[in-house]
Amino acid sequence: MVNNVNVWIDGKEYEVPENMTIIEAADKYGIYIPRLCYHPDLPPTANCGVCVVELEGAPVPKRACCTPVAQGMKVVTNSLKLRSYRKTLVEMILSNHEVVCPTCVANNKCELQTLANNMGIDPYALPNIVSEKEVDLSSYSIIRDPKKCISCGRCITVCNEVQTVYALTNSARGIESEITTAFGRGMALSPCVNCGQCTVYCPTGALRERSEVDDVWDAILDPDKHVIVQEAPSIRVSLGEEFGLPLGTVTAKKMYAALRKIGFDSVMDTNFTADLTIMEEGTECVNRLKAGEKRPLITSCSPGWVKFMETYYPDLADCVSTAKSPMSMFGVLSKTFYAEEHNIDPAKIVSVAIMPCTAKKFEARRPELRDSGYQDTDYVLTTRELLRMIKEAGIDFANIAEEEPDEGMSFYSGAGTIFGATGGVMEAAIRSAYTLVTGEELENIDICAVRGFEGIKEATINIPGFGDLKVAVAHGLGNARKVMDRVRASLAETGESPWHFIEIMACPGGCVGGGGQPYGNDIASRARRGLALYEEDCSLPVRKSHHNPEVQRIYEKYLGAPNSPLAHKLLHTNYFKRSISDGSVVSEATKKH
Amino acid sequence: MYKEICSKYAPTKDNLIYILHEIQDAEPQHYISKEAVLAVSDYLKLPENHIYGVMTFYSMYSTTPRGKHIIRLCESPPCYIKGSENILRKLGIILGVEVGETTKDGMFTLELCACLGVCGNAPVMMINEDVYGDLSEEKVEEIIESIRGRQ
Repeated sequence: MVNNVNVWIDGKEYEVPENMTIIEAADKYGIYIPRLCYHPDLPPTANCGVCVVELEGAPVPKRACCTPVAQGMKVVTNSLKLRSYRKTLVEMILSNHEVVCPTCVANNKCELQTLANNMGIDPYALPNIVSEKEVDLSSYSIIRDPKKCISCGRCITVCNEVQTVYALTNSARGIESEITTAFGRGMALSPCVNCGQCTVYCPTGALRERSEVDDVWDAILDPDKHVIVQEAPSIRVSLGEEFGLPLGTVTAKKMYAALRKIGFDSVMDTNFTADLTIMEEGTECVNRLKAGEKRPLITSCSPGWVKFMETYYPDLADCVSTAKSPMSMFGVLSKTFYAEEHNIDPAKIVSVAIMPCTAKKFEARRPELRDSGYQDTDYVLTTRELLRMIKEAGIDFANIAEEEPDEGMSFYSGAGTIFGATGGVMEAAIRSAYTLVTGEELENIDICAVRGFEGIKEATINIPGFGDLKVAVAHGLGNARKVMDRVRASLAETGESPWHFIEIMACPGGCVGGGGQPYGNDIASRARRGLALYEEDCSLPVRKSHHNPEVQRIYEKYLGAPNSPLAHKLLHTNYFKRSISDGSVVSEATKKH
Repeated sequence: MYKEICSKYAPTKDNLIYILHEIQDAEPQHYISKEAVLAVSDYLKLPENHIYGVMTFYSMYSTTPRGKHIIRLCESPPCYIKGSENILRKLGIILGVEVGETTKDGMFTLELCACLGVCGNAPVMMINEDVYGDLSEEKVEEIIESIRGRQ
């Protein structure tokens, strides 16, 4: 039971719960306190000092982000003294920041830029003292640029406390302090799983994706290349917000039109291979259930989760579905099935994926994902990178006429589209697994128990002929760790898992909250995008993966049946055990498929 | 060796800095190696990045091999006023190294430190466990020579 207290903010009385901080209380009532390092999704780091307020009776100003409210507290949020304090602080932060706003990826989204602009800061008030520090280019996914870092510490919080990945840390102190990896080895030589949540919460452009925009333009403008593009489920609900459309507007057909206008030769859809994943993974699940397997089956779509598992839970690698992610299934099919059907030399095909994800860049470069004889997926662009391309091409996205995708690998069911939200893969799998086990159709296909933003969701679904199917859904790697610890302990004690089937997505909220999503990607906007996917699901004529006519066609024409030898060769993969120190491969964790 | 040192302490994270100190003292080159961090990480169930953060926060720890004798010259204001800058320049000339570097023969590492608590004898430096006060350029030369002579 939380009691309320009365506080006075700028002379007015408010009633707020006693466990709030001053900044939370002010936000609740729409009173703005300037801030830089504070983010409402994360515990405060109290590093920047910009949110200082005056408290009656306190000798010096206090940070609103980490000072709890108290009965009778009298807070002043603006005064001559506070303005002067804040100005000095922002001037000092700017003086130790590489100010290259025009070309920075965070331009117009940068919280430091906005704050300095709002406060009318003179950028030359103090001399710039940024020292030459090496930009960390080691990772395929994430660039760490210490010259733009303002040491707010959000990335450390999200990496260590939310995701429990333990890659980023503070080193040294004072002017020499730097946010880095253990021994400064670099992101690629750390336990970093490339989830990119650090890039989402970085207030500046210090942590950002490694851009492949130029490579993709080069391919598009090369007349010898045939460039095929796929877009992940969550992309269609994340593009509109940048162009003034309401958050969570479904813009699939505008997206196809924009991609065609940019110049992609073939515009397909990852949602198609999401449906295909359900056929492969669902069949794998049902086969395991029929065989009485005591170990759980865990989803494998999320590359951040897969590397996390290889690093921290390689002993449970055999529990992870061997099915490749929808992106990688699309990649391999684009250079086999698609190439054959359209009579195109696969060497000339450039397969591009638009993903909400930074970890997909790493996944695309996994040496084992070359079953087409080529690198299956050539380039991965994040949602942010696609937005930049749309703007570079001068496309009026909000008003562009809607178009259909090209046929063959683009039709999708509602089950495919909800892959982009936490719980979606589970729900999609249940819709089809039910039919695979019973031969009948599941009537009530809205499985609400696995929807929503609770960190770990559990449900029991009765399947006639099998019994109770126990499932769990975790999103955010901190929650994944809790689930995996329970699985590991339960297997050790009783030889049996608490759940038959587990869905794990690395990012809080699932792909709608991915590390490559547009700036301003907070929990509230993730939830809105997730809802939009469920709304789209309801509006689609086909809502189960096994009813997708293009999926049925590819099995008839090419793959045979789910888990057939060819399906296994192209659509399944194997996993490795990785070093906790530097992420390098130590040994095989599962047999090569 | 690392496991042996670790096992003297309970595996709780408040013992981290004691374990790191003992490992560094046992190491002839006065530093904490990556292998040592891995062993401590294993023992305390603390991620390596966390240990790295702690050991770089405290200037007493080093992540790179150092000389047999570690010179720590005080750079706090009282010593500065009494001429520590001249002492630093002299040490640089005698040893042929900059701050943070180790002499080629592996004998000396030159470092700066905060107040050693004997401001009455400023300027002050420590060489390993011994404190030397009331330094002058001549005295510094004698001290270094005598340590070299002892070898």
